[in-house]
Amino acid sequence: MAKVRGTGISAVNYPTGMNLGGDPSQALVHATTSGSFVVTLAATDLGQGLRTVIGQIAAETLGVAFDQVVVDTADTDTGPHDMGTFASRATHRVGNAVIAAATEARQALLDVAAEELEAPVDELEIDGHGNLMVRGVPARSVKVADIASLAQFKYGKTIAGRGSYMKPKSDVDPETGAMDPDSTEAHACTVAEVEVDTETGEVTVLSIRSAYEVGRQVNPALVQGQIVGGAWMGMSHALYETTAPYYPAPDHSPRDFSEYLMPGTLEMPEIECVVLEIPSSNGPYGVKGIGEMTANSPIPAIVNAVYHATGVRIDELPITPEKILRGLDARRSGTAGATT
Amino acid sequence: MSAPLNVVGRSVGRSDGIGHVTGRTRYTADHAFPGMLHLRMVRNPLHHAKLSGIDLSEAERVPGFVRALTARDVPHNRYTILSLIGVEPEEEFVLAEERVRFKGEAIAAIVAETEEAALDAVSKVRLDLEELPAVFDVEAALEPGAPIVTHWGNNTFMYEGHPCRRVRLGDVEQAFSEADHIVEGVYNTSPIEHAPIETTGCIAVPEANGRYTVYTNTQALYFSLDNTAIILQVPGNRLHFIGGTVGGGFGGKVDVIVEPIATLAAMKTNRPVRFTYSRSEEMQVSSTRSAWRIYIKDGVSKDGHIIARKVTSYADSGAYSRQTPYALTKHAANAAGPYAIPNVSIDAYCVYTNRQPTSAMRGFGVTMASFAIEVQMDKIAEVVGVDPWTIRFINAYRNGDMKPHRKLAEDATLIETMQAAAALVGHELPDEFKAMTSAPRGTGQPGGR
Repeated sequence: MAKVRGTGISAVNYPTGMNLGGDPSQALVHATTSGSFVVTLAATDLGQGLRTVIGQIAAETLGVAFDQVVVDTADTDTGPHDMGTFASRATHRVGNAVIAAATEARQALLDVAAEELEAPVDELEIDGHGNLMVRGVPARSVKVADIASLAQFKYGKTIAGRGSYMKPKSDVDPETGAMDPDSTEAHACTVAEVEVDTETGEVTVLSIRSAYEVGRQVNPALVQGQIVGGAWMGMSHALYETTAPYYPAPDHSPRDFSEYLMPGTLEMPEIECVVLEIPSSNGPYGVKGIGEMTANSPIPAIVNAVYHATGVRIDELPITPEKILRGLDARRSGTAGATT
Repeated sequence: MSAPLNVVGRSVGRSDGIGHVTGRTRYTADHAFPGMLHLRMVRNPLHHAKLSGIDLSEAERVPGFVRALTARDVPHNRYTILSLIGVEPEEEFVLAEERVRFKGEAIAAIVAETEEAALDAVSKVRLDLEELPAVFDVEAALEPGAPIVTHWGNNTFMYEGHPCRRVRLGDVEQAFSEADHIVEGVYNTSPIEHAPIETTGCIAVPEANGRYTVYTNTQALYFSLDNTAIILQVPGNRLHFIGGTVGGGFGGKVDVIVEPIATLAAMKTNRPVRFTYSRSEEMQVSSTRSAWRIYIKDGVSKDGHIIARKVTSYADSGAYSRQTPYALTKHAANAAGPYAIPNVSIDAYCVYTNRQPTSAMRGFGVTMASFAIEVQMDKIAEVVGVDPWTIRFINAYRNGDMKPHRKLAEDATLIETMQAAAALVGHELPDEFKAMTSAPRGTGQPGGR
């Protein structure tokens, strides 16, 4: 009886969005008297940080500081239509809609500024920190906030924009499956290292190390958060979770977290990642969606690592200690099922 | 992407971070309203049964009982979430009629002054049920004579006349006959729970102007509003849905289960009604990820190229399909993986059983494809006699390759991603793989076919 170690890899793709019914998101942007911009969405934040990255995308497009943007989400009376936060689509779809809306609002701002500064619109620029100026003439600079205020009280104009992004519906050919279901593909490659106790069948995940190619990181800390959280979820999927422990028998289904096993913080391995940015052609600033896929690549990497460690192939999730011990027994006695 | 970026690409602090760590973020259950009632569900205790009667007489005498709702109270008693995008047929009931198909299926809603009174009344409802044979395995459900779960006579979702979602490219049988190796595998996965910290829930509030405000933790406000309007047969402008920060979604809150019945209860009582799942409802009644069984047969040349792949997949949809038919389509589009395979045949079945329904979950049909394919890749490597990196590099797809669903690959970066992972872990790749790129074939790069 011993503790044995193994390493496994996996390489996966993941599609962004799912447009078999059409897949629209819309956004509105308007300026307040103080020069803040409000982004109004019906889209909702699941905790992954949608509000934050949408604020960043809006600020980037408008040319103002991040803290000048307020993102209002999840209200059907105020927010325009959004399909929903799923299919790794929100940053891609809502981000594109927000770029469109912010571009229109920025143009309205520049039109007012052109009038106020008596300069052609195409000679104006916004510096990314809330200042608007005639290009190359720093002396002729005003604050975006002042233009926003003048627009309301001196010129009687709105500074607002509407944005929509939709990948049109793609029907599936029922005979061949021909379809165009997604917008882009993100990729991951994960290397997992495990230690298996051949006496108890227990698997300890030692490390999960991955490369992710995500198009563009709007917020690297949030990307990292997805990768770490996804690694935990994938590990949980590979080794712990089931609502039907004796599937297909429906008995003994868990009722709470004392019966439904998941790894705790003490089971967490070392998680390391590198992130590549190869911009997509159609995402906002080149974004691809990675929300879902971070849970995918760790699963087969762990399963392959268990095989590498033990010589036991287990093609059934989750890999419980019982399955490992039965596999080791079968292998020792030379019966079928130990390897394929 | 040449212009320098100011804020995109920077790790600005998340806008809700302080609220989360100080406990001030408001979730759906944090809302409370004067006179708010509580809704609990009477649920089917059997896996499959004929429902002949609901006796509420004893429940109605529980102090605090306000009213009960049964199927006849629901204006359009069908829940078919994907009807919004034209998916048919209607199949699930908001509240059960005549037959119940899974343990936990909603039969009657009890609305009471307190949670305790509602639960007490639920426990006093008497059901007249006659147990029917049930089926729990995806392949057993397709055998002749299996108990039929659906109302249309077989246990598969029908895709434009086919019992499965099909993808076809090239000629797999011909390619199998030319292959040096045939590698076969069967992969099984268990259903799992989304396990959000915040359980699914909503509060429906009647407003003075005749509208209803619904505070909900849905992942998709318009999906929820539009489905609720259909079920209650009211114009959408009578409904106002407000979300917030969702306390964990992972696909489980794309279903529209609690909002229609809570809103109906608010209409019938003219009081705010709260319906939030208990943890055991979240685990035992709400949708799970489907269990999958995936058969893969690959034809491989002696140098390790996969020349044909045949996949037959079964997803256990449970008693109703919800979003699962869509998961099978997404699965079928991705079941060849990120590899260039010229001959592919995929049959992906959405199978009905007497299990709790399944629906969307993170990775939606692709997670299980990735698991099966990536374990299969290691088996192929072993048969061919190469290492796991090599088998993936020589089969990796490139931009411009035709995918099985007849879309040209674009934004492919598998090769670059694998190179980065190898560097991260200190695995030395042969020069041939270091020099590879995802650029279209025929551009003179090494390793192309």
